[in-house]
Parts: sequence; structure tokens; C-alpha cells
Amino acid sequence: MPFGNTHNNFKLNYKVEEEFPDLSKHNNHMAKVLTKEIYGKLRDRQTPSGYTLDDVIQTGVDNPGHPFIMTVGCVAGDEESYEVFKELLDPVISDRHGGYKPTDKHKTDLNFENLKGGDDLDPNYVLSSRVRTGRSIKGLTLPPHNSRGERRLIEKLSVEALTSLDGEFKGKYYPLKSMTDAEQEQLIADHFLFDKPVSPLLTCAGMARDWPDARGIWHNDNKTFLVWVNEEDHLRVISMQQGGNMREVFRRFCVGLQKIEEIFKKHNHGFMWNEHLGYILTCPSNLGTGLRGGVHVKLPKLSTHAKFEEILTRLRLQKRGTGGVDTASVGGVFDISNADRLGSSEVEQVQLVVDGVKLMVEMEKKLEKGEAIDSMIPAQK
Amino acid sequence: MICYKGRSQVIRLTGELLGRRCWFVSSSVGKIGIFVSTPGSCSNPQVRKQQGSTMPFGNTHNQMKLKFSSEQEYPDLSQHNNHMAKILTPPMYERLRSKQTPSGFTLDDVIQTGVDNPGHPFIMTVGCVAGDEETYEVFKELLDPVIEDRHGGYKPSDKHKTDLNAGNLKGGDDLDPNYVLSSRVRTGRSVRGFCLPPHCSRGERRAVEKLSVEALAALSGDLKGKYYALKNMTDAEQQQLIDDHFLFDKPVSPLLLASGMARDWPDARGIWHNDNKTFLVWVNEEDHLRVISMQKGGNMKEVFNRFCTGLTKIENLFKERGHAFMWNEHLGYVLTCPSNLGTGLRAGVHVKLPKMSKHPKFEDILKKLRLQKRGTGGVDTAAVGGVFDISNADRLGFSEVELVQMVVDGIKLLVDMEKRLEKGQSIDDIMPSQK
Repeated sequence: MPFGNTHNNFKLNYKVEEEFPDLSKHNNHMAKVLTKEIYGKLRDRQTPSGYTLDDVIQTGVDNPGHPFIMTVGCVAGDEESYEVFKELLDPVISDRHGGYKPTDKHKTDLNFENLKGGDDLDPNYVLSSRVRTGRSIKGLTLPPHNSRGERRLIEKLSVEALTSLDGEFKGKYYPLKSMTDAEQEQLIADHFLFDKPVSPLLTCAGMARDWPDARGIWHNDNKTFLVWVNEEDHLRVISMQQGGNMREVFRRFCVGLQKIEEIFKKHNHGFMWNEHLGYILTCPSNLGTGLRGGVHVKLPKLSTHAKFEEILTRLRLQKRGTGGVDTASVGGVFDISNADRLGSSEVEQVQLVVDGVKLMVEMEKKLEKGEAIDSMIPAQK
Repeated sequence: MICYKGRSQVIRLTGELLGRRCWFVSSSVGKIGIFVSTPGSCSNPQVRKQQGSTMPFGNTHNQMKLKFSSEQEYPDLSQHNNHMAKILTPPMYERLRSKQTPSGFTLDDVIQTGVDNPGHPFIMTVGCVAGDEETYEVFKELLDPVIEDRHGGYKPSDKHKTDLNAGNLKGGDDLDPNYVLSSRVRTGRSVRGFCLPPHCSRGERRAVEKLSVEALAALSGDLKGKYYALKNMTDAEQQQLIDDHFLFDKPVSPLLLASGMARDWPDARGIWHNDNKTFLVWVNEEDHLRVISMQKGGNMKEVFNRFCTGLTKIENLFKERGHAFMWNEHLGYVLTCPSNLGTGLRAGVHVKLPKMSKHPKFEDILKKLRLQKRGTGGVDTAAVGGVFDISNADRLGFSEVELVQMVVDGIKLLVDMEKRLEKGQSIDDIMPSQK
């Protein structure tokens, strides 16, 4: 072979200058890294499934910037994207993940017993606890790129794996396309239902194609363990419950995840993982653990404190509104979670959340009593 | 001009890609190669090697998908109501899925918008788009029936007549301005040799913009004007264009977004208009060019005169620069959406018909006159204050003059009917027959 990519080769008839995107108004990781030279070097490449540089960067070209956060501006279409386009993605990863180098190794630790404490966050303040991650099935392309046939295969494999779970993990799958109104209402009320993406960050990357074909939600009967199929990643795995027992949430998370992984392996489908990037996911921001462990916590006083942002930064935490990313907080209740994904393990990241939230709740209590918190300001973690 | 030289399983087509003559071979299993007979201008040695090599010269992603069976890849169209969904059967999907156009547009590309958008509450959408001129040939098995359904039974063997001779229009200069508030004619044009908005790259789109701006800059007299690129429009310019009802915005309709037309916005998009603000060209919106002639009042004849004159001048300017518009004697002017084939022409007025519009026979009258109504915001909007946008329903199978004649005659009648109803008189004796 040459076994080419017709459209991409057609575009090579134009010079680099003619095809290079106008990024002059852009503010995302891709736009900061992609030079004409890199573009010229990478534009005639493709992954084995035919994913090209223009595919990787389209979402970042279409979305110049986000008012609140520095977006990534590029996505992977398959596992090989991270290799074939490493000249672009390694610097993006380094920028996004605190200087993570191409030679660095990522540690995976899903042994929940290594977590210290976490079962005693004050439920008067910590309203709910949640841990989520993503997983990609090796050998299949990712949501920006996959075909209907692939997506349906992912769904089929996932449903087979999930329906074989038992005990506390026994549950049921609800495909989006054949959900009844009653089921839909219930899933919304449980805060489980995901909707067709409206964010242009996602739609421009092609993740909403063929909606709602092969998308669905699985959850256990107890409603504490939940899997999204074919949304932004092949699988999103979520463990959650009311109150502050993050330890229990994390235990269920680790146990459930490992059970699922075993079943996939038995059917000769591992998860995408390597010792440099950890778990491979669609968005470079989710590499490593892909883990976001967080709580909904009442911090009305602390959140108006002048040093709130700095405290969060030092604790390696980030805040979001209670609607999730890109939402505002309501009634002083914030979603506080780990900021890191790559370069630290699952246990380490959840430990940061547990310790950090504990500290912030104590600060809140002090502020309620009119006391200062200066002595409690943490060092940079 | 693309022409067929053989009817065997291996089809040889001669054509132009980017102004260079080349030939390519397509077989029914979709191994398409492009042989470029002149040396490529690209400096990348890898590309030259591929251009000079023999088959297979495939579309990697599409080939990968072929590993899944047709049943596994066939879209779920059970909830769908659009022209594509009504036509595309599993066996047809199987036959077409391995094909690609010379620029790499595939069946899944053609139908993606129709898969993503099951149906529109008010109108039957088309559900498929072309990525280049060859799409209509390579995927004719799907597109011919779609065209037939959409354009009143237009057959694959039918010929389309083009008539841009404004002198052939009878009347049209005396629509009552107390009722007809404004008159407008628009069409689209595609520049041959370039891919269409769902598929074109940034380089292509910019080349289309460059050609268009050069051609438009050569217009003179009452057509002399100026180009405003979307990406460096000042706030003042933007406000003025909005006030003039000229500015087009980034598409928000999922029908357009799902087909990829908004990629790289606002790169290489812009608006040109003449100093008089009566002749307007949109560059790289839903088509390469959208050409619009408009003015207040009811003088559709003048609007159409300017339309024809301006269009013909623009076409000549493009030809002088070595670029024709996509056209053939079967489909007329070739545009992105199959609904706009033929003339691509929508001629319409904003007309006050508060009484007529409430008459039980209003819809029926419009149908008989071969007209359609929209709200004054354009497609998918509602009428405000009894003012409707009334335009020709047809695009293909009738000439430009014939379509504008239908609008002129039909509006004249509708206004007469409105006046009768105002006086409390019946309109039964002036009901039209089916045109």
C-alpha cells in the first residue's frame, strides 16, 4: 500500500499556508501549540482508521475560546491518534497536565483500601459525593470518529458485560432510543439522564452523530452505580450517593470498575491503556485516570472569601456549579473536585479531594463563627 | 464537463479537478484512483508518490467501515420523516456504501444530516446533501429518487431549461405597493472544480472566496460594490448590515450544522453588496455563492432585471478567470442541497394578506398557484401581522422566467382576492386552476 485517505490527499493539493487555520482569535491549548510547521509536518498523516490532523483540531478551530476555562481544542479519534499526532498532542498534554513530559510514566491505583479516611465528611455541608471516570474499548475508534457499526458493537459489548454483574451491581440498561416517557422522567429525577450534547465543543468534534443510536444508560438497582454508554467516551462509569461518605463511593467505584474490566478482558476486549498516558480517552484532558472525584458542598462564606480561589489552587481542586461543567453555583453550593487527571493515581486524586474538602468545611465553620482562617491556609500540594 | 465513456462495471470519467485534467477509475467495489496527468504542484514527495501510484487508492475510513456488515452500519430510520429516509433501503445502502467521489465524499457523508435530523415539524426536509458535483452522479441511485420526490416527479431523463432573459417576463412592474412591501429574487451558484460547503477544506473555501471577491470587484455602474469579510467586520459595519437585513449569521439550524457547513466559521465567509444596496452576494454560506436582488415595493420586474443582468455579468467574470459554474442539462445549476437544483431560484415578496391568509382555501390556492408561504423571517419562521413571504415552490423543471412569472401572476391574483375580501365580496369566481 499506499492505502490512502482520498479526501485528505485531495487537500494536499493546497499549500500549507492555504489550509492552515486562522487561529488569531483563538485561546485554547491546540491553538497555542499548533504552528504552520507542525501543521505542515502532520497534515499528510493518518491513523490506521483514517483519522487526520484536521479531524483532531476541528473542534478547536470551530471554538475559539471559552469565557471561563482554557479548553483543549483537539480530540482523539482512536488510540493511535496520540501516537501519530504526538508532535501536537504531547505539548498539549504537557500544557494541560502541569508539565507532564513525553517520557513520564503514569501510575494506576484502583485499590480503594489505600485511601485514608473519607468516610466522615460532614453531611451538614457535604450534600453528595461522586466519582466518575471513562473507559475506551481497545480496537474500536472513539466517539468523534466511530461509525454506527462500531458504536453499536460498543453498546452490545457493554450491555453484555453490565448485565452479567450481580450483588450490589445488579442493574438494568436503558437505551436512549427506546426509553419510555416514564423511564425518562425517572432518570431525570435521579439526575442520571444524559442528553444529546449541545455544547459546540462536543458537537463540532462529531460526537453527536447518529444520536441517539447506540447510546444508553445502565444503572444498578440501588441507583448508586451508573454507566453511560457512547456519550463523550465509550463508557463513563459513575459511583455516587447522598452525603459525605466518599470512601464508600470510591470503594464501589473501584470494585465495580474492576469487575467490568475483567468481563471485557474475558471477551478479548481490554480497555485502552498504556504506561505513559494511563487510560486513553477522547479528550486529552481526561487522560491518565480520567477521574473526577467530587462533592456538592455548602460553602457560602468560604466561597466569598478573598482567598477562595487560591485555596482551591493549592489544594489542587477546582470548582464548578452544581449543574456540572460550565454552570454557576446555586445557593452557595459548589461542586468541588480534583483538578488533576494525569500524573497521579486514582487513590492520590481522591485523597486530595477528601483531605481538601475536610479542610474547607472546617474553614467554613470557622468563618461562621466569625473566626479567621489565615492559619489554616494550606501549602501548595 | 463530466462525461461518461462507458457502461461497463468499470466507469471511466474524464473531468477537471482544480483545473487540471485527470481521469479516474471507479468500480462497483469502490476502489477509486485518481491519476493526475500533469505533475502535481504539491511539494510533498509522499503525495506525488500516491498521485502517481496505481489502485487501490482508497478512502481509509470508509474502507475500515466496510469490515462491518451493511446491517450493522445501516442507520436506524424508523423515526424518520425526510426524503432520504423514505428512499434509502438496506440493499441500496449496501450497494452505495463502498463508493466515493473523486474528492472522497461517501454515502455516509451524503446522508449524515438526514440521519441526525429525523424530521421537521412543518416541512418535509431533504435529509441529504452533495459534497461536490460528482455526488449527484456517484450516488444517483439514492439522489435520483430523492430528486424525483422533491421536484414533482422529475425523471432521470428529463432536461432542465435555463432562461435568464429578463425581457421574457411579462408584467411584474405593477404589484400594488400598498400590499407588496418588498420583492426579492435569490439563487445559488457553485464554482466548478471545488467541493461544496459540507465537504470543502479551508484551502478550497478560501480559493472560492478569493475568486468571488476578484470577480465581484470588477462589477461597475449600479452594480459597483464592496466586500465585507465576516472575520474582520467592524462593529459598525456589522450593525449596518443587520439593519439592511443583509447579514447572514453562523448557521444554527441542525439541518445545516449536521452536514458540516459551519466548519471553520467565519473563515472565508463574507457579504458583498452594491452601493445601492439592491444586489447582494453571500460567499461560502450554504452554497459557494448566493446571489440576491431585492428592493422595497412591488416592482418585481426591476428586481428580476437586475438579478439576471448581475448574475450573467458575474458568470462571465468567472469564466474570464477560467472558472465555470456547475451546471448540466439534466440538473441545471448544481447546488449543495438537492432541493435547490435547477434554477436554485426563490423569487418572493413580503405581502400583506391578513384576510386571505385566514380564508379556508388559502393553502389550496397557494398550491394551485405553485407558490409557498413562509414567515417574514424566512424559512421556518411565522408570519407577523398578516404579512407573508410568498414565493415559488418549484426549482427544477421550470426556467427562471417561468418561476418568476408564476410569482408575479400569483401575487397579482392574491392581492386582488385580498381587496375583494376587504370589500366583503366573494372570491369564488376567481379561483385559479392548477398551474
